[in-house]
Amino acid sequence: MKRRKQRILMAKAMGVILTVMTFLILYVPILLILMLSLNDSARGYQWEGFTLKWYAMLFLDDIMKDPIVNTISIAILSTIISTILGTIFAIGIHALEKKRRVRMMVMNNVPVVNPDIVTGISLMIIFSILSFTLGFSTVLIAHVFFSIPYVILNIIPKLKRLDPNLYEAGLDLGCSRIEAVWRVIIPNISTGILTGALMAFTMSIDDFVITYFTSGNEYMNVSTWLYAALAREGRNSFTPVAYAYNTIIFLLTIIIIVFVNTRKERKVRTHEKSTCFTP
Amino acid sequence: MGKKLIELKNISKSFGDLVVLDHFNFYINENEFITLLGPSGCGKTTCLRLIGGFETPDDGEIIFDGKVINDLEPNQREINTCFQKYALFPHLNVFDNIAFGLKLKKLPKTEIVDRVHQTLKLVKLDGFQDRHISTLSGGQQQRVAIARAIVNRPKVLLLDEPLGALDLKLRQEMQYELKEMQRTLGITFVYVTHDQEEALTMSDTIVIMNEGKILQIGTPEDIYNEPKNRFVANFIGESNIFEGIMIEDYLVKFVDREFKCVDKGFHLNEAVDVVIRPEDFDFVPPSKAKIKGIVDSLTFKGVHYEINVMVDGREYTIHTTKYREVGDRVGLSVEPESIHVMRRQRS
Repeated sequence: MKRRKQRILMAKAMGVILTVMTFLILYVPILLILMLSLNDSARGYQWEGFTLKWYAMLFLDDIMKDPIVNTISIAILSTIISTILGTIFAIGIHALEKKRRVRMMVMNNVPVVNPDIVTGISLMIIFSILSFTLGFSTVLIAHVFFSIPYVILNIIPKLKRLDPNLYEAGLDLGCSRIEAVWRVIIPNISTGILTGALMAFTMSIDDFVITYFTSGNEYMNVSTWLYAALAREGRNSFTPVAYAYNTIIFLLTIIIIVFVNTRKERKVRTHEKSTCFTP
Repeated sequence: MGKKLIELKNISKSFGDLVVLDHFNFYINENEFITLLGPSGCGKTTCLRLIGGFETPDDGEIIFDGKVINDLEPNQREINTCFQKYALFPHLNVFDNIAFGLKLKKLPKTEIVDRVHQTLKLVKLDGFQDRHISTLSGGQQQRVAIARAIVNRPKVLLLDEPLGALDLKLRQEMQYELKEMQRTLGITFVYVTHDQEEALTMSDTIVIMNEGKILQIGTPEDIYNEPKNRFVANFIGESNIFEGIMIEDYLVKFVDREFKCVDKGFHLNEAVDVVIRPEDFDFVPPSKAKIKGIVDSLTFKGVHYEINVMVDGREYTIHTTKYREVGDRVGLSVEPESIHVMRRQRS
C-alpha cells in the first residue's frame, strides 16, 4: 500500500516538474526580453536600472520608424486582401462536388506545408522574371499569397457545419445568389473569417524568410531590418529599442488571444445554456 | 378542386449516370394537398427541388400558372420551401427568421411586424419572437420553418419530409395541424414523405413513385383499395399477394381455387396478381371454407390481433378482433369485393 502511494506521489511530482520546466522554457526568453526592454543599458545584459527610454525612442526617434510602419501596413493590407479572397475561395471550394473539393483542398494545403524558404525563393524568381521591382508591392503580394491558404483552412470547417440547405433557404425566401451568400452564409461563418484574419495578421507580422527574399535592398520590415543591423554591426549593435518593440508585439498578441478565447467561451456557455432548454 | 397550378411535362433528370427522374408527368391542382410517396432514392426530393427551382431539368417543361418556369431562379417563383432539416438561420432570432422574406420584399415595418405576429399565432409560437433558434426544441424549430415559409403567402408550399425528425406523438399532432393550416390558408401543399401512413392521413392526392417513375396517382382511398400493381400494394399498407389466373370476367383462380370477384376486362387466362388486405379475411368454420389452415402465430396489436395462418405451406396475414389459439384449425373466407385483381408487372 505504502509503496503504491509513494509511486503515485513520485508520478505527480514528475508531472509538476515537467510542466514547470516546459513553461519555463517557453516563457523565460519572453520574460528576458521584457526585462531587457526595461534595462538602462545600451549594450550587454547587465542590469543597470529601470528605464522606459527605449519605449520612448521607439515612438519618438526615427531609428526603427520605417520598418515598423512597413511591417504594420503590410500586415493590415495583406490581412484585408487575403481575408476577402480567402473567404470567396473557401465558399467556392465548399460548393464544389466532393471529388473536386478534395482535390482543391490538397492544392490549398501544399503551400501551407511548403517550407518558407522555397516559397520565398520561388516568389523572388517569379517577380524577377516578371521584372517587378522588389519592394512594397512584391512583399504585399507575397504576404497575401501565403496567408490565403490559412484563411481558407479556418473557414472550410465552419462551412461544413452549416445546414446544407441554408443557402437554398435564402434563395427560396427571395435572395439573389449574391444576397444569399452575403446575408445567410457570411454571418454564419464569421468566427472562421475572424480567426482566419487573425492568423493572416500574425503570420504577416512575424514573417522573416519570405519577406527577406521578396523585399529587395531598400524595403524592410522589422525582422529583416534587425537581421540587416546584426549582419552589419555584429551582435553588440542590437539596440534595446528592438526589445521594446518585441515586448509590445508580445503584449498585443496576449490581448488578442485573451479576447478571442473569452469570446469563444462566452459563445460556448450561451450555447450550453440554450441546449438545456431543448428536450 | 381548382384549376391546374403546376404541371410537370416529360421531365427527365440525371445526376451523372444515375437517372433520377424518367419522363415524369403529373399536375398539381390549386389548393390541393398532394403527396409524393416512395422509398428513399426514388426521386421524390429531386422532383420537389425541380419545382422549387434548386435543380433544372435535363428535359421537359415545368409549367406554373400557365407559364414555363424552367429557367426561373428560386427567388422569382411564388413558391416557398420547408427544408428537411429546417435550414433555419442560426444567426437570427425567431422574429428575424420569419421576417427574412418580408424584409427582402421591403415591406413597411409595421406590416412586417403584423404579419410575423399573425403567423406566430397560427403556428402556436406566440411570444417566442425573441428566442434564439438554438434554444428551440425540434418541434418548435419545425413550426418556425413553416412560419418562415407561409408568412410570404406563397401559392405553393413545398415540404420535404418535414416531420421526419419528430417523435411519433408530435408527428401525428403536426400532421393534423398542417392539414388544418392548408385548409385555412388555401395554399397548395406539395409534400414529400416515405411514410405511407402520413401520406394516407394528410393527402388529397398521392403520387406513388419508385425508381424515378410514377406508379400510381390517386386519392388515398383509391390507392389503398385499388392498388395498380404489386409494388403499390406492398408499399401502401400490408397485403397478401397471390399469383393467379383470370379465368373469365368476375372469376379468378389462385392458390388452386376459384373465387368470384368484381374485376373484369382481362384477357382469358391472363396471369394476374391478386391482393387481399389482412383485414378482409374472415374466420369461418373449416367445413364451410375454401381455404383451411392452422394458426401459426398471434400478436396483439392494440386494436386488433395479427394472426398468421399456414395454408398449404404458405403464410397468410390476417388482422382481426377475433381471438384464436396457436394451433387451431381455421377456415378463411373473403368477400368477392375484397379480392383485388391487378395486371402482372412486366419485369
